[in-house]
Amino acid sequence: MSISKDLVAASSTALVLAILAEGDSYGYAILKRVRELSGGALEWTDGMLYPVLHRLERSGLIESRWARAESGRRRKYYRITDPGRRQLADERRQWQTVDKTLGKIWSAMADCSNTPVSLVPLFQRS
Amino acid sequence: MDQKRTDNPAVGSLEKQIEAWRAYLRKSQAITSQDAAELEDHLREQIASLGADGLSDDEAFLVAVKRMGAIDALTREFAREHSDRLWKQLVLSGDAGHGDAESPAAGWSRKMWVALALAVAAAVAIKIPALFGIVFDADPSPFYPLNISFFILPFIVAYFAWDRPLPRSGRVSLAAVFALSAAIVNTFPFSPSPGAKTAHTLVLTVLHLPIVLWLAVGIAYVGGRWRGSDRRMDFVRFTGEVFIYFVLIGLGGAVLIAMTVGIFQAIGIKMEPLVQGWILPCGIAGAAVIATWLVEAKQSVIENMAPVLTRIFTPLFTLLLLAFIVTMVWTGRSFDVKREILIAFDLLLVVVFGLLLYSISARDSFAPPDLVDWIQFTLVGAALLVDVLALWAIGSRISSFGFTPNRVAALGENVVLLANLGGSAFLYARFLRGGVAFPRLLNWQTFYLYIFAAWAAVVAFLFPLLFGFA
Repeated sequence: MSISKDLVAASSTALVLAILAEGDSYGYAILKRVRELSGGALEWTDGMLYPVLHRLERSGLIESRWARAESGRRRKYYRITDPGRRQLADERRQWQTVDKTLGKIWSAMADCSNTPVSLVPLFQRS
Repeated sequence: MDQKRTDNPAVGSLEKQIEAWRAYLRKSQAITSQDAAELEDHLREQIASLGADGLSDDEAFLVAVKRMGAIDALTREFAREHSDRLWKQLVLSGDAGHGDAESPAAGWSRKMWVALALAVAAAVAIKIPALFGIVFDADPSPFYPLNISFFILPFIVAYFAWDRPLPRSGRVSLAAVFALSAAIVNTFPFSPSPGAKTAHTLVLTVLHLPIVLWLAVGIAYVGGRWRGSDRRMDFVRFTGEVFIYFVLIGLGGAVLIAMTVGIFQAIGIKMEPLVQGWILPCGIAGAAVIATWLVEAKQSVIENMAPVLTRIFTPLFTLLLLAFIVTMVWTGRSFDVKREILIAFDLLLVVVFGLLLYSISARDSFAPPDLVDWIQFTLVGAALLVDVLALWAIGSRISSFGFTPNRVAALGENVVLLANLGGSAFLYARFLRGGVAFPRLLNWQTFYLYIFAAWAAVVAFLFPLLFGFA
């Protein structure tokens, strides 16, 4: 199963902020963590993470610094800022609401799982 | 972790692959060296991780690059995020260096400080004669018009001498050229002939001396290696850009001066003496040095403007000349020969020469002839025709009225430019028919810089002697 591009893009802010809330990190490690958490379902093209990081940095949600990695290479580390934490809390509420809403309808569907026809009145009502 | 190993050839080839990948990435202006470094770190980490899983360097590289995503898509994404970067910024402080030791920002801002210091020095130097009571004006003494080059150009030369490895002999001979020229023109006993307000030869020297000295600046610009056609062409490009920058700075300066005069006028204080005596001379001297540095600094940042302007105006000037010829033939009118006509046609030839030179400077030497070349060729042909007609008329006039310094100078310039355009037309015609390669034309133009220098030197230094300083 793969997640649609739009959904990946929409969830990227929340995911990156949440991972950085666990501790400072850098691009490769963030991606590795995403892969770990999603069990490989949430597949990002590696390079695309960086424009996201830069956007978050520019809006002040995260900040960066260059430091030497243990390999001796220079590496750009990111850290979540206070506005970033507030944004994360907000994102979290939003995603939970979406999740809850979807959850309700999934269970409603599960209740009458063999009769998808019953969905039709649901849409007509709205 | 030990990526510095070089005894293993496979590692060397991996480094080369990463280097090529990085270079390709850096082609997009939306990706800064910082971004490239960040992405490269990612790539290396990925390769190391894949290598640990048993992939060879080559395989790991391929997989890592594939995972990174197509560079086109990546750069598009970066460009969307950093649209400001698509406007090539000429940052004066070199802010690219967030502590990045590899960035050229450090050396870059040092150049800026040296240029600023030289600009200030030029601005101070140009006011030194004021200590001896000489005002910045053509009246009553022609000191400034005659010497202004000596207050500006040496500082530009100094900048290049500092910036480039200019051999000792080059430094010495450049210093000698400037010192000797200054000594010679200032000992010339110019005296206007009866009836004239200023000596004609003085005006000619004032006009031609800067040309000679500017070509001397060219020797400093190319770091003393002026024998190659390419280096001379670089100097030609540089000249065009400096001119454009100087004009732009001048426009800004004019606004500044107008504001200065305007707002002080509001409180009843006259600023004209300050403007005339200080802001103008210091501004000109400083701006020339700053323009030099700007052209150097922005060389790779901003598109060169001179060739762009050339592209716009070449067809227009071609139309103008063709319309002129057609009108002349149609109405049967001939030249109304006045003294100014010769000068006007000199200027026309200079413009055509400039258009030609800057088109050539920006052209890919190995591209086959295209429409632009035909337009160019038409322009040169039309200019030649018009000029020959003008010369014919003027020649008959001069032969009956005798020689004056102005006429000889203007006539000489005409002939020099005519020969240049004639040669260009000849080479262009052969190039368009596929006879000679384009670089021949390039060589011809850059070779001509010597002739210009020589002729300008003759007018500046020999004419006063020939015509008795009148």
